[in-house]
Amino acid sequence: MILFHLFLGFLKVGCFAFGGAYGAIPLIRDVVLSYGWLDDEALTYMIAVSESTPGPIMVNLATYVGSSQAGIMGAAVATLAVVLPAFALIILLTALLGKVMEYRGVKAVVAGLSACVIGIILAAGITMMVPNIYSANSGIDVRAAFITALLILAMTGYRRLAKKKMSPILLILISAILGVLLYAV
Amino acid sequence: MIPKKADTPPRPRKNPLQKNILTLFLTFFKIGLFTFGGGYAMLSIIDNICVERKKWITHDEMMNITVIAESTPGPIAINCSTFVGYKQAGLWGALAATFGVVLPSFVIIYLISMVFDNFLQFPVAVNALRGVKIAVGLLIFSAAVNMMRKMKKTPLSSAILAVSAVVMLAIEFFSLKFSTVSLMLIAAAVSLCVFLAEELAHGKDGERK
Repeated sequence: MILFHLFLGFLKVGCFAFGGAYGAIPLIRDVVLSYGWLDDEALTYMIAVSESTPGPIMVNLATYVGSSQAGIMGAAVATLAVVLPAFALIILLTALLGKVMEYRGVKAVVAGLSACVIGIILAAGITMMVPNIYSANSGIDVRAAFITALLILAMTGYRRLAKKKMSPILLILISAILGVLLYAV
Repeated sequence: MIPKKADTPPRPRKNPLQKNILTLFLTFFKIGLFTFGGGYAMLSIIDNICVERKKWITHDEMMNITVIAESTPGPIAINCSTFVGYKQAGLWGALAATFGVVLPSFVIIYLISMVFDNFLQFPVAVNALRGVKIAVGLLIFSAAVNMMRKMKKTPLSSAILAVSAVVMLAIEFFSLKFSTVSLMLIAAAVSLCVFLAEELAHGKDGERK
């Protein structure tokens, strides 16, 4: 039964995850939390691990969630489910309906969907950042606020100097070092 | 009369299709193993290997598949590998390329998932992860800001974006029962309705192009 739920849950993610990995994160969060597979904490760690290991983030998350719920079979089922819609759709598009993307109606729907996805990702970023800094029972975490400020400074500084975006792996490394240094005292 | 080049005789291959599929699998296995940083990083590697070095697809095809990958669901890397594999060797090629690109991360993450809980027993690891949590939130936020900058802005798309963000925040802070997928279906329906209404208003000329 758990395998069936994993398949269904990640099939849904695979079908609706527009806009790459960051589009998938809110969906995966939705599915994973509603089934109670992982809590927010574990999911956040896993996103960081997925960012720092090779391969598509969506696939990495599916593999991890599947494996944590039902071992190697769960990992295989969840990964297959998340890949399947993209695979089938691309075969269909290239083989049969090459021109379907040119219709203005299709373009209009795609534009609407992308705007919606950006809104969802924006909200996901905010809801994942705020609880670190402020929560109702423990108030403002000064150290977390300080780390946030330092990381933003590092990101913008790097973009100014190197004329390109800092790689996610470097940012995660810096944040880990800051965490160890600041939370140790 | 052009004499046949003597130094390049037709290579005796037992099963060219089979060899092609193996090459596809190995190439995409390598791409999957060495691409950190998600879909967009992978796009540039696929472009480098499949267009410039192996000449499996043309530059124009690569541009087209990028647009299609961005506007269809699913991991962008999967969309691209499936496309290249299909162009090279049909359905089996698509399967080989997709399987190849997924396999490395599948194995790596499976191994990590087995040891991750033990890792959390060390206080240093817990502190490091408290920092990492902040970075992940920031990464997602900055990805959204980036996409917002690149988006083609119309009154409709800006409205959909703002409403979606507010609805998602409301769901989060008031713990409402409303799934992300239903929100996306509503957005798709609204943009389709607006499109159809505009078509009707402007008459039927040039409906399809």
